[in-house]
Amino acid sequence: MNDQKDLLRAPFELAYTYKRSNGPVMSKFFDGLGEQKILGTKSRTGKVFAPAAEFDPDTHESLSDMIEVGPGGTIESFSWIDNPKHHHLLKKPFAFALIKLDGADTSMLHMVTNCNESDLSIGSRVTASWSKTQEKRITDIQFFNLET
Amino acid sequence: MKKVAVVGYAQHPILQNAGALNEVELIMPVVHQLFADLGICQDDIDFTCSGSCDYLQGAAFAFVEGLSAIQTNPPIKESHVEMDAAWAMYESMLKIQMGDADTALIYGFGKSSPGDLDSIISLQMDPYYISPLWPDRISLAALQARVLLDQNIITREQMLAAVIEARVNSKNNKNALITDLIDESEYLDNIMISSPLNKLDCPPISDGSSAMIIASEDKAYEFTDHPIWIEGIDHRIESSNLGSRNLSRSNTLQVSMGQLDLNNIKFDVAELHTQFSHELPFLKSLLNLADVPTNLSGGPLVGNVMMCAGLDAIGKTFESLKENQFKHGLAHATSGPCLQHNMLVHLEKQK
Amino acid sequence: MSAEDTPKDYSESPISLEYQYTAGSATTRFLNQVREGKLVGQSCPKCKAVYVPPRGSCPRCGVATDIEVPLTDKGCIESFTVVHIPIPGNPIVPPYVCAMIRLDGTNISFLHLIQEVDIEEIRIGMRIQAVWKPKEEWAHSLENIKWFAPIDEPDIDVRTLRFQEL
Repeated sequence: MNDQKDLLRAPFELAYTYKRSNGPVMSKFFDGLGEQKILGTKSRTGKVFAPAAEFDPDTHESLSDMIEVGPGGTIESFSWIDNPKHHHLLKKPFAFALIKLDGADTSMLHMVTNCNESDLSIGSRVTASWSKTQEKRITDIQFFNLET
Repeated sequence: MKKVAVVGYAQHPILQNAGALNEVELIMPVVHQLFADLGICQDDIDFTCSGSCDYLQGAAFAFVEGLSAIQTNPPIKESHVEMDAAWAMYESMLKIQMGDADTALIYGFGKSSPGDLDSIISLQMDPYYISPLWPDRISLAALQARVLLDQNIITREQMLAAVIEARVNSKNNKNALITDLIDESEYLDNIMISSPLNKLDCPPISDGSSAMIIASEDKAYEFTDHPIWIEGIDHRIESSNLGSRNLSRSNTLQVSMGQLDLNNIKFDVAELHTQFSHELPFLKSLLNLADVPTNLSGGPLVGNVMMCAGLDAIGKTFESLKENQFKHGLAHATSGPCLQHNMLVHLEKQK
Repeated sequence: MSAEDTPKDYSESPISLEYQYTAGSATTRFLNQVREGKLVGQSCPKCKAVYVPPRGSCPRCGVATDIEVPLTDKGCIESFTVVHIPIPGNPIVPPYVCAMIRLDGTNISFLHLIQEVDIEEIRIGMRIQAVWKPKEEWAHSLENIKWFAPIDEPDIDVRTLRFQEL
C-alpha cells in the first residue's frame, strides 16, 4: 500500500532540557571559561588533556591536576562548511576543527570562522574568540580565529 | 564455546521515505519472509533481540511498538539494543553461549526520513564539550577524511573509486536504494557538504528493516542444509574523547584482528559498514583486504538504513558465502563518530 | 546572565529536534474514519482479536490485521485514575478522571477522559459513551471525542472481557 496522497503528516518538535551535574573537574573547567581561561588536566606522565578530562582514556588514571592552556593552538584537522545547516550555531561559512591548544597533548573540537577555506590547513594557528557574556558553557568560546 | 551459525537473513527494500509505513509495517514483511524461507514460526525461536534508535523518528518507545510485528503470545524472551542490530546479533550470540537459547531472531529497523539525521547524530556525543556545538555526522567523518588524505593513507582517487564501485555493485542487491551509475566528472563537480566530503561521498538517507536468524550447532541443521558458521566475532570501542583519539589509525580494529587471528585467514569476500567513501580504502588497508572483493552488495553508499546497515553487512556476507564457492567472509559493523566502535565477524562455510 | 548567577555545579543541555511524523497505513485508515466521526477497529485473521486504535498487526500473533471492524462508541471503564495535576495546554480543571475505555466488541482499551459524573460514582465496569465535539471541529484525531460520559445501562463484569487463551 502506498497511498502517498492520503498520507497523514504532522510536524512536531521534540524539545526538553537536562541539568547535568558537572563533577569536580568539569566544574573547574567551566569556572575557568567564566574567567576566559581554558583549562586542561595533567596526568602523572605529564600528558595534558584539553578540554579538561576526568580520566586518561588509555591508562584510566583519574585526573584532577588543572593547568591553563591556550588561548592559541594549532589545527589538527578541519571540515569546511560553505552552507551551514539550520542547527549549526554559526550562520556564515565556517569549519569544525580539532584544535590542539598550546600546552595540550590532545585536541578540542570547536569552530573556526572569519576566513576562507583556502586560508586553512592542518597546522594553521588559531586563537579563541570569546562570547560577549560567559555562561560557563563550551560556547563561551564563540569560535576561533586564524592568527595573522 | 558452542558453535553458532547464521541460518537466514532478509532485507526490506531500502526506501528514501517509508512515510506510509510505521515500524510495525516495516518489520513484519522481513520477519514473515524469513520465517517463510525457513518454514518456521515464532515458536521455533528461543530469544528475540532487536536494534533500533527511537530518536531517528522521534517516537519514544518506538522499539516497543515494533514488537507488535512479531508474535508475543505465548510470552517471549526478548531484548533490545539502542544500537545497530549487529549488536543485537552479538547479544544473541552471548545468550546462546550462556546456554539460555539455541535459536535467536534478530531484527533492526530505522526510519531516518521523519527527522534531521545530522542533528540527531550529533546528540550521541559528549553533552558537555561536543553536542552543544551541534557537529553533524558528515562534518565529524570529514575530520577523519582530511587526516587520512593529509597523511596519504588514502587518496581522493580511492574515494572516487569507492563511489563508482558502489554504484556498479548496487545491481547485485535488488533492495538497494540508489542504482544509477556515476562518472568521474559528476563526482569532481559535486558540491561539498563538509569538505573534504561531497554529497556523493556520503550515504543516502534511508528507511528500512532487516532480520536474521542464528542457531547453535544443536539446531542449525533443522533450519537449513547450509548454515554459515560464525568462526569469530569481536567488538571494541575507542574513547568518546574525540580529541584524544588518533584518527589516522584504528586501535579497535587492530585488537579485534588479533583476537580473531585474521592475519592467518585468506578471505574470499568482505562487507564493510563504510558509510563514507574514505572509510572503504582506509579499512581495506587496515584489514589487509586489498585483493578481496569488498561490498559486492554496493554497501552503505547505495543504501544505509541506520540501525540495520551493520547487520546488513553480516547478512550480505552470509548471502555471498551461501551463493558462491566462497569459504571465508569478513563482515564489519560500526557505531559512533569516526569509526569509534567496531565489530568484526568472521563467517565460514564448511563442507 | 552573569557568571556569578549560574550554578557552577550543573550544565544545562537543551535539546531541540524537529520531525515530520507520518502515520503508518493502519493509523491513517483509522484516523480517516475518526475524521468522519466513526470508530473502526482492525481484527486479526488468526485469533479474531479486535484492536482500537489499530497498529497494523496483532501483537499476539504477529500477523497483519487487515480486516476492518466498525465499532460503536459505547463501552465500559476497564480502569481509571483521578488526576490532581493539570494537563499543559488543556483547560480541564483538576481533579479529573482518566480511564482505560474498552469499547464494545474490542479486545484492548485506550486512554481517554471521563466527565459529566461525580468522581465518587466512577467505577470499573461502568457503561459509558463518547461525547463528540461539534462536527465542524472534527480533525484526524481522537480529540474529536471530548470525553466519555456515563449512560444508563447496567455495569459490565470486566472479568468477562478477559481475552480467551488461544
